[in-house]
Amino acid sequence: MRSDLHFLKGPAGASACEGQDGDCIRCGAICVERFPVLKRLVNGHRLVYLDSAATAQKPEGVIAAQARYYRRHNANVHRGMHTLASEATDLYETCRRRTARFLGVTRPEQVIMTNGATGALNLAAFGLRHTLNPGDEILLTEMEHHANLVPWIKLARQEGLLLRHIPVTDDGRLDLGALPEMLTDRTRIVSLTHASNVLGTINPVAEIAAAAHKRGAVVIVDAAQSVGHMPVDFDALGVDLLAFSAHKVYGPMGLGFLVGTPEILSRLEPVEFGGEMIETVTLDDATWADVPHRFEAGTPNVAAAAAFPAALDLIEEATLERIRTHEIQLTGYALETLSAFDELTIYGPDDPSQRGGLVSFHDAKIHPHDLAQLLDARGVAVRAGHHCAQPLHRRLGVVATARASFGLYNSHDDIDAMADAIRYAREVFA
Amino acid sequence: MIGEMDELYREVILDHHRAPRGSAVIDTPDLEAEGKNPSCGDELTLKLRLDGDCVVEVSAVTCGCAIATASGSILAELVTGRTLAEVRQLADAFREHMHGDGDELPDELDPGDLDILTSVRRFPARIKCALLPWMTALEAIASHTQDRPVGVSTTEV
Ligand SMILES: Cc1ncc(COP(=O)(O)O)c(C=O)c1O
Repeated sequence: MRSDLHFLKGPAGASACEGQDGDCIRCGAICVERFPVLKRLVNGHRLVYLDSAATAQKPEGVIAAQARYYRRHNANVHRGMHTLASEATDLYETCRRRTARFLGVTRPEQVIMTNGATGALNLAAFGLRHTLNPGDEILLTEMEHHANLVPWIKLARQEGLLLRHIPVTDDGRLDLGALPEMLTDRTRIVSLTHASNVLGTINPVAEIAAAAHKRGAVVIVDAAQSVGHMPVDFDALGVDLLAFSAHKVYGPMGLGFLVGTPEILSRLEPVEFGGEMIETVTLDDATWADVPHRFEAGTPNVAAAAAFPAALDLIEEATLERIRTHEIQLTGYALETLSAFDELTIYGPDDPSQRGGLVSFHDAKIHPHDLAQLLDARGVAVRAGHHCAQPLHRRLGVVATARASFGLYNSHDDIDAMADAIRYAREVFA
Repeated sequence: MIGEMDELYREVILDHHRAPRGSAVIDTPDLEAEGKNPSCGDELTLKLRLDGDCVVEVSAVTCGCAIATASGSILAELVTGRTLAEVRQLADAFREHMHGDGDELPDELDPGDLDILTSVRRFPARIKCALLPWMTALEAIASHTQDRPVGVSTTEV
């Protein structure tokens, strides 16, 4: 059951495998040793990082690649004839190719680099604006992150669109029974999360996409919580556009992706204008560069792009299958551990294999902010709040929850440490 | 308990949290205001009964974290018997203190348990919890003295 003992080496030998030089020879997998921040102490305790859904920690390879970029290659991309400029351009385009391959995308041009999932979702929404008319419907869900709600709210206000939301059932799933009624001939766009950042629920995106396409709607998936945690194949999902952030995939901050079918990308309009995104400019007129460059105005985050492939290396070494199995086991153990506490509500589906690697909960005895603060005193980092999903929390009937979320470096010991810290918090509040 | 947590969740604060003062019902308040920090869910309803300019009864009902609840309770305890001007002076001093770096609240304000709450300053994310009842009180007083409708207070930025 406690497969992480050999999957990953625990920090400070807590769940040590017998690896040398930071690598576990017994399992041949990735060691916690590769994530420098996990060696630090927080409030005198070893850091137990359970907030990977907010941002994942970075492996040494990513940190080194980003530093190497600034030390050796720094130059602007697509703009110079000199050696550094061509190296920088090469690193930047390598990131696009690697990301395309990682998601099973046929052509690298289908990958647009943005500043994050939020940037990607804004580009998707506002880039499709010209295809929308007053009275058109956008179908979202009740479990969306604000990044997949607020752009649509703004667009709906501007264009007179109607927003509809697939409801969430009491056990934290999308109510697909409501889908036939909600998906109408007026539905132009369906945009939904692949895995909920609060409930953990993995949504049947392929099924919903197929139904939406029958109605002629464009389908967008927010894959911020799934990419890097489970196998994600763009073509298999059958969506038109897919958004995610590098920083949640063990990569650097300030980089995200919008992946699209060639067909939709040819219809998407740029939403930012300036250098890099043009073909020809006169004083009064401009034509756009080809896809994807027309969507990448201005100087991009080349350093982040140079570093992201190192994160993909790590994931490919661990393999997504193994990461997924590991996260299911951790989630199952967390569900089991937390359900042993009285007066503690756990949200989302019971079956760990139907969830991403996170568990949100509410302790009737302690406000989530107090709980997170007391857990932090024990070195345990969880997130407390509404996790940028206020409408979902309203649906759950709480203002805030605490959330433990997992990465490939977490172990069963981390969950035990969290449980100990919850007991400590309850003692303080007793 | 250990280290800094000792400071934040001192027994006095936990005591206010467990048994908040000012939880009695006031049916006919002279002043009433609401405070809300939507992101953390702290909510507070503050009601004051006045005799002339003097606060004679306070109800501060908080739904939120221990820091916000304790702060509301301390407010209820401290402002009873003070004039509105004195309450404003204390709330202003507390707000400045929480955003500044002075060591203690001036003794002449008779800050009572509020002095203990100043330890929250070391936890910047929680300052807004501690301030909510006091900002709500300031809004209640301002609307009263300016004779305008009372707004909902927040200490979120
Ligand atoms: C489901 C989901 N969508 C979108 C986002 C936004 O990601 P970012 O803040 O990196 O743009 C997040 C993360 O906060 C998320 O969890």
